Amino acid sequence: MKEVDKKTFEDEVLKAEGLVMVDFWSPKCEPCKELMPYVAELAEKYDGKAKFCKLNTAGNRRLSISQKVMGLPTIAFYKNGEKIAELTQDITIDDVEAKLNELL
Amino acid sequence: MSEAYDIIVVGGGPAGLAAGIYGSRSRLKTVILQKGRPGGQAATTEELENYPGFPRGTTGPGLMEAMAKHAESFGTEISNEEVVELDLDGEIKVVKTKSGKDYSSKSVILAPGAAPRTLNIKGEQELRGKGVSYCATCDADFFEELDVVVVGNGDAAVEEAMYLTKFAETVTIIVIHDEGILDCNKVSAEKAFANPKIKWVWNSVLQEIKGDGIVESVVLKNIKTGELSEMETNGVFFFVGTVPKTDILKEKVELNEHGYIITNDRMETSVPGVYAAGDARDKYLRQVITAASDGAIAAFAAEKYLAEEEGFKVQVLNEAKPVMVAFWAPQVEASLAAVSQLEKIADQLGDSVKLVKIDTYRNERVAKRYGIEEIPSLLFFNRGKVAAKITGTFSQQAVIDQINSLKE
Ligand SMILES: Cc1cc2nc3c(=O)[nH]c(=O)nc-3n(C[C@H](O)[C@H](O)[C@H](O)COP(=O)(O)OP(=O)(O)OC[C@H]3O[C@@H](n4cnc5c(N)ncnc54)[C@H](O)[C@@H]3O)c2cc1C
Repeated sequence: MKEVDKKTFEDEVLKAEGLVMVDFWSPKCEPCKELMPYVAELAEKYDGKAKFCKLNTAGNRRLSISQKVMGLPTIAFYKNGEKIAELTQDITIDDVEAKLNELL
Repeated sequence: MSEAYDIIVVGGGPAGLAAGIYGSRSRLKTVILQKGRPGGQAATTEELENYPGFPRGTTGPGLMEAMAKHAESFGTEISNEEVVELDLDGEIKVVKTKSGKDYSSKSVILAPGAAPRTLNIKGEQELRGKGVSYCATCDADFFEELDVVVVGNGDAAVEEAMYLTKFAETVTIIVIHDEGILDCNKVSAEKAFANPKIKWVWNSVLQEIKGDGIVESVVLKNIKTGELSEMETNGVFFFVGTVPKTDILKEKVELNEHGYIITNDRMETSVPGVYAAGDARDKYLRQVITAASDGAIAAFAAEKYLAEEEGFKVQVLNEAKPVMVAFWAPQVEASLAAVSQLEKIADQLGDSVKLVKIDTYRNERVAKRYGIEEIPSLLFFNRGKVAAKITGTFSQQAVIDQINSLKE
């Protein structure tokens, strides 16, 4: 998974081609850290079909808020520079995979 | 199916971890099945100031990580598994997980804890993760220099509100009671009243959360006057109690009307060999220390249960010759006389029969299993099966006749 931040978000996510999934997390968010290994597995399984990024919201707060993300964990899907879907809090990896398949 | 455990613990919060420590330290093969990282709710609060021995300076995640390591150091396995189904009735209990695995064990400790209660007011669901939150440590840093409201006024609400003041510009607590009345402890209340960043709205409840993709304002209702007012804010934190995570336990063990597991003070549930610990129990105080305490008691009770079951198996069920099992109790005079009478009979019969005495005061379970309602009672076992039963007092001849008929 690619680590993105306020400097790279525009290029890596908004200007990217195809489907981009972004895992918003922070080191203080325990549920985020629970989910992360499964998200990484998913990224490997769907490698090439979509782009997988993670964004540490600590240090990228303004960017997160501009993306209307104010709660963690949040997994957002982007296409052509626009957010097209989002899952937030109480997420299971099955929900993420189902959403991904729906969008692919 | 994987190899049988002595104890399966469902849930790895403080209750489950303490059960793991006590279980594995007694050399019982113990596994904790925990969805995601261990720690439970306690790992979602930075402000953990009341766990004995850690006056300040420990955090929820820090303490929970230490507990998990402690359990593992004694040999507890912690598996990342979500339990989806349980078969608890037999002697061997089977626990199924979402990943499709079956775990089997002779005893089970249920410690699934609780989850934050939602109020389902307008906007709450839609704006989750958009300013609506149930976890201050998760989301507090989004609200630096912003304004938030906290709904609730118990310990968790007021303590988390204090934590939020480290980030937010203002924290407004919405309280349903009259001015000055809070449900939390006095120390926290005094600290909160003295905190210049905390503001109060009394006699009020949250009616609606508004915002276009992100929280922008809340509508408050004064319950005294019925008046509605709108207040701008960037975030809403709910701390209005919890609900037990016991959906999978319905019809498996006895629950109360709110879904909490009913136990006695040995943490025994309605099912033999199945114990419960922590916030999911019907209990008076739900805290880390009481969760850990429950876990210790549950593991100790499970250990006793395993020893008694094993003892009964070796002494009675696996015995080749006929066994007389006498159920007695220290407070029942007639049962004491019956026991000494049986000892004499056993002596007379010599090696051909064995006598096992069960004190029903200390071991109710075996008596219950065999439907013993009167003390004294006498069961005759032959090759692991009940062959005959005598209830109440008996004559020496009746016992001898019974034994002879078994030998034929
Ligand atoms: C915001 C907040 C602040 C708090 N502050 C304090 C404080 O300062 N001091 C204090 O003493 N207490 C505090 N508490 C209370 C304390 O956290 C709880 O009493 C304690 O965590 C209960 O422990 P538990 O082990 O019973 O349950 P939990 O902590 O809820 O842990 C249960 C675990 O079981 C897991 N689980 C549930 N079902 C399954 C399943 N089917 N399969 C696998 N795993 C499952 C859950 O994911 C969870 O990790 C606070 C609670 C909250 C929410």
